[in-house]
Amino acid sequence: MANQFNNENASGLVSEQVIHKTERRWLFVMAGMLGVMLAVIVLTGVAQMLHPSSDIETINPATLHLQGEFVESNLGSAVEPDGSITVRIIAEQYLFVPQCAVVPADTPVRFRLTSADVTHGFFVQSTNTNAMVVPGYITNVMTNFARPGNYEMPCDEFCGFGHHAMAARVVVMPKDQFKTLPPDQRINCGAQ
Amino acid sequence: MERNRSLPLAHLWVAFLCFLPAVGLGFWQMLMRSPLPAPIDDPNTYYASVTAHGSIMAYVFPTFFAMGFGYAIAVTALGRPLIGEKWAWAGFFISLIGTIVALVPVAVGRSSVLYTFYPPLLGSPWYYVGVGLVFIGSYFWIALMLVNFRAWKQENPGKPVPLAMFAITACALLWGWTALGAIIEVLFQILPVTFGWRHTIDAGLARTLFSLTLHAIVYFWLIPAYIAYYTLMPQAAGGRLYSDTMGRVAFVLFLVFSIPVGMHHLFMDPEHGSGFKFVQSVLTFMVALPTLLTVFTITASLEIAGRVRGGKGLFGWIRALPWDEPMVLAVGLSLLLLGPGGFGGLINMSFAMNAMIHNTSWVTAHFHLIFGGAVVIVYFAIAYELWPRLTGRPLVSKRLAYLQLWIWFWGILITTIPWHIAGLMGEPRRYAIFDYSDPVVAKMAPLVILSVIGGLVILSSVLLFFYILIRTSFAPAAESMPPLRYALSVNPPAAVPPLLNGFAFWNAILLALVLIAYGYPIGQFFFLHNQDAPAYPLTREITK
Repeated sequence: MANQFNNENASGLVSEQVIHKTERRWLFVMAGMLGVMLAVIVLTGVAQMLHPSSDIETINPATLHLQGEFVESNLGSAVEPDGSITVRIIAEQYLFVPQCAVVPADTPVRFRLTSADVTHGFFVQSTNTNAMVVPGYITNVMTNFARPGNYEMPCDEFCGFGHHAMAARVVVMPKDQFKTLPPDQRINCGAQ
Repeated sequence: MERNRSLPLAHLWVAFLCFLPAVGLGFWQMLMRSPLPAPIDDPNTYYASVTAHGSIMAYVFPTFFAMGFGYAIAVTALGRPLIGEKWAWAGFFISLIGTIVALVPVAVGRSSVLYTFYPPLLGSPWYYVGVGLVFIGSYFWIALMLVNFRAWKQENPGKPVPLAMFAITACALLWGWTALGAIIEVLFQILPVTFGWRHTIDAGLARTLFSLTLHAIVYFWLIPAYIAYYTLMPQAAGGRLYSDTMGRVAFVLFLVFSIPVGMHHLFMDPEHGSGFKFVQSVLTFMVALPTLLTVFTITASLEIAGRVRGGKGLFGWIRALPWDEPMVLAVGLSLLLLGPGGFGGLINMSFAMNAMIHNTSWVTAHFHLIFGGAVVIVYFAIAYELWPRLTGRPLVSKRLAYLQLWIWFWGILITTIPWHIAGLMGEPRRYAIFDYSDPVVAKMAPLVILSVIGGLVILSSVLLFFYILIRTSFAPAAESMPPLRYALSVNPPAAVPPLLNGFAFWNAILLALVLIAYGYPIGQFFFLHNQDAPAYPLTREITK
């Protein structure tokens, strides 16, 4: 709507020099704000070694059940020689295999996942363990659970009509109760 | 405007007529996923509905809106008839046919892949063909914006192109570049598989190509709203734009920085290394610059208007502003919501914090807050400015428009704030059904119900918006309508540097940045092995 107000009064209300000066000041404020935020991201990222799955490992989704680390007998939790845990999981419409993973608290845990069909999501609720599971690629996530408990692990990327029904669990046991098996055996929820 | 008014009007009607059912679907989806009973209690329908809602809100509604607004700007800001009106109509019908072709398979449940496609999940080929046609129709518009921009410059050598035209051309160019990602994905990856010519697809490459489109598309939605901030609001408030130059700088920055940042949608993906994720995280910070510039310039422009109207003191100018003007109110509310929306965005783009909220309801809440709260609210105000000019009939009631905008504002807040919190509590997005008997999920139930109430408020605001549009369209014609006027700046520039009066240089910078940010990440896929995945056609295998 046309305004009845006479905006001619605004002509030259603020001189060009004043505008430039104010804008220059704002430029410093903006640079400062973004600089601080960027510094926080970089410093926390480096100090806490926060980095999402970024190793670009590929795997043929059509043959992953036949050979390699994702054959059925190798799924679940494995204890590495250094005491850390590696959990291997396959995501497929509409479940995770295994449906329940067990790990000790206060221990470095590496999740290795891949998909047998479409894109899925790997998300351990109440934690920031969160990653995409893309067919053809291996998702490699490092984490360390501070608190023991049962964590829901819903699929968090749309994968088809049964997406909402796709979920698994992560059981984090107190470190001293976690029964360690030899490196060649796999641990699952039932055996604990 | 007299001669060319049916062209923008047709675009805006299509935009809003698609918007209305999409809002209705959105509300039903909120009900469906809540603990409250929903009329059609079927998850298959839910995913079809999410696909329709997303496709309309992301591709159809803003594209038709930008096209219609662009044609209106070309005629009114340049003060000359549109060159190539026939081509504009051709683009309109191609996009319209595309909309129908895309939505029919969605409506019958054959393409519930959601608007993000994400192969190797595959829907009906017609869905992708339809969306592709919507995009192709919009390229007619992009070409026409450039043609009209250039023609005016040739007729007016040395003069600054009016800011509104400069900005909508930046918007068109941005869309032209960024849509290529999704177009290449559909043409070279999805369609060959849906038609059975190929059987596998590289899901990592598809996600990467899509990320080229998926982030910058939000700036394509946003720029029309910013054009209203810079060129319509100061006029409606009875003031002047603080600085024309800063407006140009902001739009150029959007053009340059909004595309090489899309990988922040892929932070949690396995197909890219930390290095490029970090590079694009930093570039994403750069794209906050034009918004911060805009917040400054627009607040200063509001202050000038307030002071011209007699506002005194540190904050007295705020009360002196004409808040009953729909454009002033919409921009004010939009600026308010841009605050929390922008800070949410800063969290999403932060390399490490993203892990906390990735694919949770936080993300859905975030883009509803930004799109609904900061963008669409200004689309309403633009419609209130344009409708009288396009139909020759005065707006039926400014008071109703004022109410409608406030209802929308509260609807967006009530919907998105609990939604954000549920996301932080770990609610995954895109779920048809939640098991509210689960103690973790049960804690989210009150928040979800609050969001449903917000959805109802939003829906009622949209119904009121349509009431105003329809009443205005059928009101008696006024003898003459004042023309659409764009705000002058406080010190109108006699000339601007050539760099801020054209785009050739910025296109080159943009291409260089895209090559740096995306060259290797896309190129790597041609040197990887084993990653091609068999396609999975969507099946209706889940029954209740």
